[in-house]
Amino acid sequence: MMEPCRLAASELACRRGDRVLFSSLSLTLEAGDALQVTGANGTGKSSLIRILAGLMRAFAGAVERTGSTAIVDERLALDEHLPLGRALAFWQKLDGCTTPDAALATLQLDSLLEVPVRFLSTGQRKRAALARLLNGGRRIWLLDEPLNGLDDQARSAVEALLALHCGGGGIALVASHQPIALPGEQSLHLPDFAG
Amino acid sequence: MNVFATLLRRDLAALLPGSARGNSLLPLLFFLAVAMLYPFAVGPEPQLLAATGGGVIWVAALLAAILPLDRLLAPDVESGFFDQWALRGIAEEVVVAVRLLAHWLSFGPFIIIAAFPASALVGIDGATLHVVLLGLLAGTPGLAAIGIIIASVTVGLRGGGAALSGLLMIPLAVPLLIFGAGSLSTGGESGLALTGAISLALVAIAPFAGGAAIRAAREG
Repeated sequence: MMEPCRLAASELACRRGDRVLFSSLSLTLEAGDALQVTGANGTGKSSLIRILAGLMRAFAGAVERTGSTAIVDERLALDEHLPLGRALAFWQKLDGCTTPDAALATLQLDSLLEVPVRFLSTGQRKRAALARLLNGGRRIWLLDEPLNGLDDQARSAVEALLALHCGGGGIALVASHQPIALPGEQSLHLPDFAG
Repeated sequence: MNVFATLLRRDLAALLPGSARGNSLLPLLFFLAVAMLYPFAVGPEPQLLAATGGGVIWVAALLAAILPLDRLLAPDVESGFFDQWALRGIAEEVVVAVRLLAHWLSFGPFIIIAAFPASALVGIDGATLHVVLLGLLAGTPGLAAIGIIIASVTVGLRGGGAALSGLLMIPLAVPLLIFGAGSLSTGGESGLALTGAISLALVAIAPFAGGAAIRAAREG
């Protein structure tokens, strides 16, 4: 039995310094929904994700989140000096994941497990973060630019994973300035809510 | 419990002397270096050394405790570890409490062991050494707790954090020094008891102060 999940925000506003990045933003995602958030750099995509994750307080409005949540952003949260396999093992232990191999194979990381994290390329680092996401078994995925630095093959792997996740009753919210194939093809253009 | 053990293992791997992140032997060597330089600076007069040596060991221990501060918490905040822990429902207080234990384990016991050669260098022995060792045992947890609090408060600072945390630590450590090093001149147990009491209070406060500081830094 999957735990139920839902992500709703009403009348959100975000202020950074003196600037209001967006306001009156409402959204509701039910189990199985996916949403792409688009907008140029600096329109508040990352801030929206952090607000939805509960890591940042909204200037106004409320977020209602049911279900376990995972975030993938530019911050890797892996020990740079450790080999990738051991850096990921730390999170596998915390998440109680017993079958990490499937995720590693899907993201083609199996050959990199002995490489220290600091030597990984941008795309490889992104794939490592996504491997942690898969092993975490969370219901709500908040992804900030998950396609950055990925080659075509990895990109289609990510799209397939997102389809699988939403097909299994999960929720995905993806902030990306580049096109990404999501189930349902919903999207939200953040500059529409500017100021 | 499992979370606790997993966090502690990672912290110890990063902080213990000779660990992968390196540098952790430096506070210890620094501690010994201060004890070694002191007789050169004040001269070899045995009575003077024996009278002041215990205090020098205390100051050296305080300075050695300052050295690792800038990489205690800041790297984990910058690389997003605390965000990931928060999303897993692991409270900042728990992480900071585990980090406090690991921080103390990575310098406290080693300083106490190094106090033997250090006390030989400054020429103290017998009863005085006994008081120094007990005082360090009672005081170093407090030094570690002050260090953790300061490391968490300075977490959001870009650059300059290392020097500032050292500067902030010194006044806060004065009570520990007064009672810890003061117990040397009185030779009494009351000084040691007060050192232990201050340490316990600081250790009890540190996880909550640290957790609140890290959450506040994230909001910004």
